[in-house]
Amino acid sequence: MLQDKDRIFTNLYGLQDVGLAGAKKRGSWDSTKYFIDQGRDWIIDEVKASGLRGRGGAGFPTGLKWSFMPKGSDGRPHYLIINADESEPGTCKDRDILRNDPHHLVEGALFASFAMGAHTCYIYVRGEFIREREALQRAIDEAYEARLIGKDNIHGWDFDCYVHHGAGAYICGEETALIESLEGKKGQPRLKPPFPANVGLYGAPTTVNNVESIAVVPTILRRGSDWFGGLGKPNNTGTKLFCISGHVNTPCTVEEEMAIPFKELIDKHCGGVRAGWDNLLAVIPGGSSVPCVPADQMLEATMDFDCLSGLQSGLGTAAVIVMDKSTDMIAAIARLAYFYKHESCGQCTPCREGTGWMWRVLERMVKGRATKKEIDMLFEVSKQVEGHTICALGDAAAWPVQGLIRHFRPVIEQRIDQYTAQSDRHGAVRDYQAAE
Amino acid sequence: MPNLNINGTEIEVDDGTTVLQACEMAGYEIPRFCYHERLSIAGNCRMCLVEVKGMPKPIASCAMNVNDLRPGPEGEPPEILTVTEPVKNAREGVMEFLLINHPLDCPICDQGGECDLQDQAMAYGVDTGRYHENKRAVEDKNIGPLIKTEMTRCIHCTRCVRFMTEIAGVEELGLIGRGEDAEITTYLERGITCELSGNVIDLCPVGALTSKPFAFTARPWELTKTESIDVMDALGSNIRVDSRSGEVMRIMPRYNDAVNEEWLSDKSRFIWDGLRSKRLDRPYIREDEALREASWQEALNLVSSTMTSIVPRKAAMLVGDLASAEEIFALKLLAERLEWKNLDCRQDGTILDPQYGRASVLFNSTIEGIDQADAILLIGANPRLEAPVLNARIRGRWALGQLQVGVIGAQEDLTYDTHYIGASAESLNQLEQGNVAFARVLNQAKNPMIIIGKSALQGAEGMTNLIMAARLARHYNALREDWNGFNVLHSAASRVAGLELGFLPTETGIGTNEILNQAKLDQMDFIYLLGADEIDTSALGNAFVVYQGSHGDKGAVRADVILPGCAYTEKSGTYVNLEGRVQQTNRAIFPPHQAKEDWAILRALSGAMGKPFGFSNLNELRAQMYTSSPMLAKINQIERADFNEIIALADQDITGLSNAALSPCVENFYLTNPIARASKVMNEMSAIKYAQQEQATGTK
Repeated sequence: MLQDKDRIFTNLYGLQDVGLAGAKKRGSWDSTKYFIDQGRDWIIDEVKASGLRGRGGAGFPTGLKWSFMPKGSDGRPHYLIINADESEPGTCKDRDILRNDPHHLVEGALFASFAMGAHTCYIYVRGEFIREREALQRAIDEAYEARLIGKDNIHGWDFDCYVHHGAGAYICGEETALIESLEGKKGQPRLKPPFPANVGLYGAPTTVNNVESIAVVPTILRRGSDWFGGLGKPNNTGTKLFCISGHVNTPCTVEEEMAIPFKELIDKHCGGVRAGWDNLLAVIPGGSSVPCVPADQMLEATMDFDCLSGLQSGLGTAAVIVMDKSTDMIAAIARLAYFYKHESCGQCTPCREGTGWMWRVLERMVKGRATKKEIDMLFEVSKQVEGHTICALGDAAAWPVQGLIRHFRPVIEQRIDQYTAQSDRHGAVRDYQAAE
Repeated sequence: MPNLNINGTEIEVDDGTTVLQACEMAGYEIPRFCYHERLSIAGNCRMCLVEVKGMPKPIASCAMNVNDLRPGPEGEPPEILTVTEPVKNAREGVMEFLLINHPLDCPICDQGGECDLQDQAMAYGVDTGRYHENKRAVEDKNIGPLIKTEMTRCIHCTRCVRFMTEIAGVEELGLIGRGEDAEITTYLERGITCELSGNVIDLCPVGALTSKPFAFTARPWELTKTESIDVMDALGSNIRVDSRSGEVMRIMPRYNDAVNEEWLSDKSRFIWDGLRSKRLDRPYIREDEALREASWQEALNLVSSTMTSIVPRKAAMLVGDLASAEEIFALKLLAERLEWKNLDCRQDGTILDPQYGRASVLFNSTIEGIDQADAILLIGANPRLEAPVLNARIRGRWALGQLQVGVIGAQEDLTYDTHYIGASAESLNQLEQGNVAFARVLNQAKNPMIIIGKSALQGAEGMTNLIMAARLARHYNALREDWNGFNVLHSAASRVAGLELGFLPTETGIGTNEILNQAKLDQMDFIYLLGADEIDTSALGNAFVVYQGSHGDKGAVRADVILPGCAYTEKSGTYVNLEGRVQQTNRAIFPPHQAKEDWAILRALSGAMGKPFGFSNLNELRAQMYTSSPMLAKINQIERADFNEIIALADQDITGLSNAALSPCVENFYLTNPIARASKVMNEMSAIKYAQQEQATGTK
C-alpha cells in the first residue's frame, strides 16, 4: 500500500489550498528552473527511466512517445496537447486533478513542452467540466501572474498554455479527433500514419498526453526516476489514480501504488464490496471499454497493465467498476453498447453500423428475446468491428461485448430459455422463431 | 523506390504510391467504396483492408503509403497479403455492415446494373444476412432538379462531399450528425446550383444520388452507348450518349485526362431533354406573316432561287455556336460559289482572326498545361461559367498551392481566391508598366498564363485588348519554346473550327457587327443563319432570312425559310476545341422526321442551284475538307501554333485602352444555346439560380 510520503497528488480531495501558494507549499514549482537547466534530453531520459506508461488507457511509455518528436524544428512549431477530455464511463481521475491539484498539471506541461521543444500547450477540457475548467484556468492565470509560464518567464523557456473547451463528444478524447476538434473541425479521427508526432495540430509535430501522465512528471523529476520506478512492479511502475465505482461501500478516487492487489484496493479504500466478497459478481477493471472480469479471476488479480491484460482485460484508465450479484450483466453491457453506439462518430463503416447492431441484439438479449445462435453471431460481429476501424472506438465497443459472452454465456442462454419457456403459453415467441 | 512483396510477387513501385495502387499494379483487385483517384483519401469505408505481415491489424490499403511500411527483420521487402482468410473475412464483415442498413431495394433503384455496392456484394459479400433488427431510414433531401436523393441507400463514403468541396469548390454538401445517425445533406436543403454538381451522381457508388431527369426511365443495360463529344462549351468534353429507341436517355462523361478528366458540367450532362422539344422537324416557308409547312423540294428551290438572285454585297452568312466543321466547310463552298464576302463564324462579335496567326485564337497552353501554370491572369473571362470543367482544373491547380490568379473584368466568384486588378482594360496598361501588385506575381512566375475571354474581345476595343494581352505575354516571358502562355478562352464549340476553316469576311466583306448594323438599316437583303441564335434576330430589317438548325429558337422565329438540321447527337461532326484539339462526334440517334444532316442540306441546296458539290457522302466531304485544312484530319490531336505569331501580334500598334468596365461574360449559364433553352431542366435550374441570387443580393 502506498505510503503518504509517496503520494504525488497530495491535495486530491481539495482539503487544502488549491491556489498557487498552497501548491508551492506542497512542493510544486520548487526548483523548476534547475530541472529545465538540465536540458531536454535529461528530462526525457528521466521520464523514460521512471517507466511511466501513459495514463489515458493504452499504457504507451510516455518517455518513448516524447522521444518521437523531431529533435530540431524544420520551421514548424511543436505543440503539446493535454487530453483532459475525460469521458470514459467510470473514469473521474483527471477531474480531481483539474479541480484540486491543477498546478501539477501546469508545471508538468511546462516540463513536457520544454522536453519536446514546444512553446505552446493546449489543454482540451471535456465539455461538461465547467468548474474544472475554471479551476484550471485560475491555476494558469496564477502561473502567468507569477511569471512561472508565459513569455520571458523566470524559467527561461517561453511557454503559453491555453485551455480549450470541448463540446461533449466522447470521440474527441481520441487523440486525432481531438486535434481535428481543436482545429475547429468535426471531431473525427484521422488516418494514421502520419502520426501526430510528424503531422499533428495544424500540420505540425504534436504530442497528445493524458492529464495524469503530465501531472506526475514534476514529482518524477524532483524525486528521481528511481523513486518512481521503485514503486509498483517492473514495467508497471509508479503510482496511479484509481477511480472505484459501483457496488462498493465507499466509492472513491484514490492514489495507489501500481500493481496493488485488487482485493487490497477495495478493502482499504472502499470499505469492501457491498454485502461482502461473496457477493462480488464481476469487475470492469479499467473503464467501460475493457472487457469485464468475473469475480473468481479478479480476486487474485493485481491492478496493473500486464496482469489485467493476462486476464483478457486491461488496466485502461484504472476506472474500476465493481458489480455485485444484484447486477444484470446483460443489461449493464447493453447500456455500455448503447453508449458506444451513441458516441460513434459515424465516419467508418464497421463502427457506425456495428455498434448499433450490437446494441440492438443486446437489448433483445436483456429480455431473452433472442436465439442461442445469435450469441455466436454477436461475438462474430464484435470481432468484425474490432481492429477494422480507423480509431480504437470500434475496439472499445467490441471488447465489453466479448467479455460478456466469454464469461456470462450461460446467463444469456438461461435468459433466452426463460423467455422462450414463459412465452410458449402465449404463442408469441413461437411466432417470432418461426419468422426466423 | 520501395520494393514490395504482394502475395508472393515482388514489385517495385514509385515513392508515395498507396498500398492499394501497388496491389492494383501487381494485378490484385482491391474492392473500395470511398477511395477515388481524383479525390482526397478518406479511408472510411474499410472495404480495402489488407494484411501486412508484422502488423497486428489489417490496414486500409487506400490510405497507407508504401513508404510507411517497414521492411522485415532481415531487410526483406514488406509483405502484403490480399487473398488470405483474414482479408476475406474483413471484406465480408464490412460488406455485411454496409448492407445491414441498406434498403436492398435494387429492383426499384436506378443505380441497378451499375452499382458498386451490388457488384462488390456479389464478389466479396456473403449470400445471407444475419441482421434482424429494423433498418435505418433517412429522410430524402431536396437538392434541386438535377439530383434525386434516396438517402436511406447512402453508405457514407463521403465521395460527394469531397467532390463538392475539393473539385467543384463549393461547400454545398456535408455530413452532419454522428454515428448511425450521420447523414449527407446540403446544410440548408437548397438546390445545388454549382455547375459541376451532376458529377456526384457518377461518383456515388450506390443509388443514394441518382439523376433526377433520368429517374425510372431506363436500365443501363438497355441503353445503346455512343461515344461522342460535347458541344455545350468550347472544351470538347468527351461524352457517352446513352440512347434507347431513338431517344437520348442520358449523357455521361468519358475519361480523357487531357480534356475533361472524368467530369462533365451540368449543362452538358442534363441538356438531353432539350433534344426532344422545340425541334424543327420539317421545312417551313413564311407566307403572309405565318410559317407554313413545306416540302424539301419547295423550300430548297425557294432558297436557291433567292440566293442566286441577290447582290452579293447585300447578302451575309452567320454560323452559330453548335455547328460542326463539315457544315461550316460546305457553307463556305456555297459562299465561294456565289462570291459572297460577308461571312462570319463569330456571332458573338469578337475580333479573333487567324490572319494574326493561329496562336492568336487558341488556348495555347492547353488544358493539361494548366497543371504547370504558376500564375494566371484572366482578362474578361469567367471560366466558371464559360468552361466549368476547365475552371475545376484551374481550381485543382490552385488547391495544390503556388498558383495565383489575377482578374481583370467583372468580379465574380470563381471558387478560388483571386487578386482583383480592375474592371476595365486600362488595368492591362498598369500591368505592363508593373504598377500593380499582381505584376510582381507575373514577374516571378515561371509559367504564367494569360487568358483572354469573350468580353475583352468584343467590339472596337477588342483588337487593342488582344494586342495588349499579347504584349503582356511577351513582357512576362510567357512566349517560349517550351511554354506558350497566351490563351483565348472560347465559349462556343463551333468557333475554333470556323476560324480554322476561315469562315470570316473576305476581302471587302464585313463581319457580324457590321452585318447586323446594316440589316437594321434595311441594307441587307439576305441572311443565312446556320444555327445562329445568339444575335438580335428581331433587328434584321427586311432581309430574307434562312435559318438552318435543329431548334425552333430565336433564329427560326424570324426566318422566312426554315431548313431543319441535326443536333450534335444526331450527326457525325468534327469539332475543334479551344486548344485546337480535333474531335469527332458520332451519331447516337436519328434526327426527327424530315430533318437532315446539315452538310447534306447544303449539298442539296447546291444541287438545287444546278451545280452540286463534288462530294456525295460525308467521307468525300471530309476528304475535300482535309485538303483545304489538313489539321482537321488529325483526330484527337492538337496542332500547336507558333508562339512567334503572338510576338508579332504584340508589335502591332494600338489605340488607347478603354476605361469602360468589361461586361460579365455569361448572363445565364443554363441558357446559352438553343438546345439549352429548349430544355425544361435547364430552365428550371436557371429559375432556381436566379431566385437564389435575387435573394442573396436583395435586388432584381
